[in-house]
Amino acid sequence: MKPQHFKFGLALLLTPILLWLTLLIALPHVDMAMISLRERVSAGTYAFSWSNYTAFFTEPLYWRTFMRTAVMSIMATALTLLIAFPISFYIAKVARGRLRPLLFLLCLVPFWVSELVRTYGWMILLRETGVLSSLLQWLGWVDGPVEMLYQDATIMVGLVYTSMLFMVVPLVSTLDSLDDSLIEAAYDLGASHWRVMRDVVIPHAAPGIVSGCIVVFMLTLGNYLTPTLLGGKDSLWFTEQIYTQFITRFNWEQGSAFGILLLILSSLIVWIGLRLSRQSFTKVMS
Amino acid sequence: MLASIPSSRYFRGAYHAYVAAFFVYLAAPLTVVAVFAFNDSLFPAMPWKGATLGWFLGEKSPQLGIFHDTELLESILVSLQVAVCTTVVSLALATCNAFLFERHDFPGKNLLYVLMLTPLVIPGVILGVSVLVFSSSIANWVEETFSYDLEALRPGLVLVVIGQFAFITTIATLVISARLRKFDVSLEEAALNLGASHFDVLRTITLPFLKPALVGAGIVSFLMSFENFNTTLMLVGSDAPLTIAMFDRLREGSTPVLNAVSLLLMAGSGGLAALSIFVRRKDE
Repeated sequence: MKPQHFKFGLALLLTPILLWLTLLIALPHVDMAMISLRERVSAGTYAFSWSNYTAFFTEPLYWRTFMRTAVMSIMATALTLLIAFPISFYIAKVARGRLRPLLFLLCLVPFWVSELVRTYGWMILLRETGVLSSLLQWLGWVDGPVEMLYQDATIMVGLVYTSMLFMVVPLVSTLDSLDDSLIEAAYDLGASHWRVMRDVVIPHAAPGIVSGCIVVFMLTLGNYLTPTLLGGKDSLWFTEQIYTQFITRFNWEQGSAFGILLLILSSLIVWIGLRLSRQSFTKVMS
Repeated sequence: MLASIPSSRYFRGAYHAYVAAFFVYLAAPLTVVAVFAFNDSLFPAMPWKGATLGWFLGEKSPQLGIFHDTELLESILVSLQVAVCTTVVSLALATCNAFLFERHDFPGKNLLYVLMLTPLVIPGVILGVSVLVFSSSIANWVEETFSYDLEALRPGLVLVVIGQFAFITTIATLVISARLRKFDVSLEEAALNLGASHFDVLRTITLPFLKPALVGAGIVSFLMSFENFNTTLMLVGSDAPLTIAMFDRLREGSTPVLNAVSLLLMAGSGGLAALSIFVRRKDE
């Protein structure tokens, strides 16, 4: 009686998860892949074709935007790591007592707020009539208003800001697990600051660095809001191309092809990152 | 460096300054959004023209405050509806998933677990687009075969809920699973020995134990849904949720009424965040 009961329970729990994964994750992506491989011949009739992918490689705007998005995402990931590492080290190793949880909490706070609000804040700070421009004029460092929006550097500031949390959290948790006495021992043995970092701290933090970088890269690559609002019309982010094809031009075939290409790039980077660090996907994500 | 390691005063000073600068960077955009909600000017920009509550209470254009801006108020209502639906559905499935992964063993469990995590590595725009494509395929097929227009699968709020549910479930599952893992199964066995039915055990022992995780996962799901932009953008129809309505206004160039909405949003998510921390504290 018992095993029978157990099996019924298992089937009952398996059904919803399988429905969810098949209907909302697997089939939609298969369908998108199939649509990306067809061409509209006349109204209502379609034929198999690679044309959407050849269009991507022959139209310079498309693949340049793609490459630009990839390169800028890599830069944003590296910058986020560079900025977040000293902060995480401070929270995990330098700060004492109640300051530690407080600083950690302060790092989390901005991310409870919508990305839209955060980006809006950057717009108010950086626009021609913005706070920073006024401050610079008041200080007498510049003569007239300065427009800081709609530049690549601005997009970068926004992307790094939005990604910060996803780097700080894994870094703090791996650095936390590093025993202070190991660092002290290295100093006792005469190592310099730099050598302690290179030979003790960074190797220990490697898993955190990798999982932080994977998540940040992925989120940056798929970001739409920050490049659009901070970069304006010329931001040339690949997700904007996808949006344009789907919503503005109603060319779903081309848009699907773009979606598949972005998905491939993003999965590839995740896979390489996991390979390099020899970590399992399950561990990094949870 | 560590307090126990001697380092030069300049190095220490520079390090502290860097940390301080970092927190200024974190706080700056949120601070200006909040402050400019009270600027008595038609633009969310310098110069400062004196304080006002007009962007909250103003009754007519040009200084139409948030409490009288029906378009934005309606979009808040839409977002609330979507978030409540998404949270309820996600929590239900996530609880099932947690029991499945923590209590059962079956062939292919690891593979299924990996598949369960995949929504986290699919960029939100692509998830939205794929759901859009697939649901339209189904709707088109239904229309051709039965000549019936399946309204729910066309861009609109139902689709938004479906799209958000597709990835929020994963996050909720992780939160609930973590708590269920800590549960001592002997408690359930004791209750069963004492003659309780399976349903009674679930209701009086297991679910109360899971409550903090359910509340926590519920809050996270609600916020993620309320603030979601990428997936929603692709699936939205004529009723715009708040993030979409705000985005449209932002592109047109808007009055500081957006700052007022943002401030309310910050207060709302801050309150929910505090609540979730409080629930977790009580739980430990």
